[in-house]
Amino acid sequence: MIEKALKGNRSYWIWIAFLIAVIANGLSAYDQQRWFGLTVTGMGRDISWGLYIAQFTFLVGVAASAVMVVLPYYLHHQKEFAKTVIIGEFMAVSATLMSMLFILADMGRPDRLLNIMLYPSPHSMVFWDLLVLSGYLLMNLVSSWAMLGAERKGVPPKAWVKPLIYLSIPWAFSVHTVTAFLYAGMPGRHLWLTAVLAPRFLASAFAAGTALLILVSLILKRTTGFDTGNEARTKLAVLATYTGLANFFFLGTEFFTAFYSNVPAHKESLQYLFFGLEGKCQFVPLMWFSLISGVASIIVLLVPALRKSTPWLVGACSALVLSIWIDKGVGLILGGFVPSPLQDIVQYTPTATEIFVTLGIWGIGILLLTLLLKVVVAVKMEKEQ
Amino acid sequence: MMNEQRREFIKKTALGVLVGLGAASGLVPAFSLEKTVLPVWDEKPVPGKIRWGMLIDTRKCKEGCQQCAAACHHAHNVPDFRNKKDEIKWLWQNPYQKVFPTASQQFVSKEIQDRSYLALCNHCAESPCTKACPTEATFKRWDGIVAMDYHRCIGCRFCMAACPYGSRSFNWQDPRTAIHDPVTTYPTREQGVVEKCNFCSDRLVKGQQPACTEACPEQALTFGDLNDPRSDIRLLLEANETMQRKPELGTKPSVFYII
Ligand code: SF4
Ligand code: SF4
Repeated sequence: MIEKALKGNRSYWIWIAFLIAVIANGLSAYDQQRWFGLTVTGMGRDISWGLYIAQFTFLVGVAASAVMVVLPYYLHHQKEFAKTVIIGEFMAVSATLMSMLFILADMGRPDRLLNIMLYPSPHSMVFWDLLVLSGYLLMNLVSSWAMLGAERKGVPPKAWVKPLIYLSIPWAFSVHTVTAFLYAGMPGRHLWLTAVLAPRFLASAFAAGTALLILVSLILKRTTGFDTGNEARTKLAVLATYTGLANFFFLGTEFFTAFYSNVPAHKESLQYLFFGLEGKCQFVPLMWFSLISGVASIIVLLVPALRKSTPWLVGACSALVLSIWIDKGVGLILGGFVPSPLQDIVQYTPTATEIFVTLGIWGIGILLLTLLLKVVVAVKMEKEQ
Repeated sequence: MMNEQRREFIKKTALGVLVGLGAASGLVPAFSLEKTVLPVWDEKPVPGKIRWGMLIDTRKCKEGCQQCAAACHHAHNVPDFRNKKDEIKWLWQNPYQKVFPTASQQFVSKEIQDRSYLALCNHCAESPCTKACPTEATFKRWDGIVAMDYHRCIGCRFCMAACPYGSRSFNWQDPRTAIHDPVTTYPTREQGVVEKCNFCSDRLVKGQQPACTEACPEQALTFGDLNDPRSDIRLLLEANETMQRKPELGTKPSVFYII
């Protein structure tokens, strides 16, 4: 089936060449990092995680959000998702791969990666995260590839495929819950030390992930003529709206608990992010941009007439994705480190090397997604003729 | 009493040398150097039998004196990059509100505010760092010391995020370029791994006090077994009002302060 990814028009190949260039650039930046150490990034003793771990967190969410189409399609037989479901699953595959690559890029000694499996430590959340992530990657790749293969041959899928898909539903929730537990179990990092972190992770993941799925399906329609259908997109938009609302509701509860209780440790990080602390306000404009664009996009999506119009839909979905990317990437991870355990307020700016590595990994994920979707479109269009 | 204490200390630490030598020469293969305090005639180490701890009498700490930190960093080949971002430190001084941010900050006397306070790894009895580590590269020894295996660490920095005291440093670049006066008695580290205070487990095995404790001209630091009710440190803890850093987090630090 994979040979179908090798036939494409001019713009397809230009796109592939562009992605390969971005990846090559990322690899050379990574080579620098391997050679000189993580000192080439903006991270330091106080802010010891940065852009990489932020991308990781965001992308695990995107991966988990595949459940937003898998669940209604396979459990509730919502037929309008028939063409979307495989796009969601392949998006999950690429997002999981990217998130794992970001963990790798962040490691000081990636050559010792296998130590996590050689010395399994069930008390460490990283151990569980690696298990659920690799399981999720395999599960989605194998099941969706098998479904597509069966569809192409016009035969029903093998008996083991459906159970695997059913298993991937609770698994998707576990993937993002365990990711939240990476942070939520740390004493002394009060922005993360909250029981609402896992629910908020799920809500923001489902909102950003479905919005991204809408955008991808529109891009596919534009570039290949393969249309997953307006009905599916409108339904997805409704899902994005309400999960997005849930996300902002959870954020609101964080604000209430922090500022009404007035416990310094609970409010300092939020205060730093949204209002600035001791005159330092590096992220304040960004956080307000995230909040306003997020709320605005939800208001747009709440109006049926607007979410049915493509330009409004595109605008609202892009704003929602961007909003959550800032909130979960920049805000959540970096804000967790400020103030430091010794009450220092430290700034963080990613370096060019760090940004190139980041783009390179996005390049790898998007390249994989492009190839997989190319096969999907070829198979589906063949069927339709 | 002091003499008896001294003898007791030597017994607790130096007996390990026998085992250590045995392990090194292959005589006692089951015992690694890490289990140094184990008497040869004991079959098994008893967890919690000894819990090393430190008491810092901040009243004695002289302004401008840095001898403890200098001795520590020298004894352990701690690099000095002279910049904040790559900084690596095991033992350092900080003002009151940074070391005790959750203690009362209102109307603190000027004298207390002006003093400096030592910060180091607390060798927490309930250590969040060892819990977070996915490879056991940081682990709890049976004598309470939270130790590091630099050869196993993958540099994921989960322990740094988990430590509520900022006790850990990461080798953002090759540390060997920034060790100005290296010693041969302790290994240097590589780029990409985490390090921190080891409570001088390398010196305890030789029956010596920690480098900082020995270096302090004012005897402000007392090192000893928290599980032994007759140890100096326990007697001092009983006779004085002391503080731990952020005790509300339940980490049970083994480093105490007299303010
Ligand atoms: S002070 Fe930090 S590094 Fe030391 S044992 Fe406690 S949590 Fe671990
Ligand atoms: S950086 Fe090293 S010691 Fe720290 S958690 Fe990771 S593997 Fe363990």
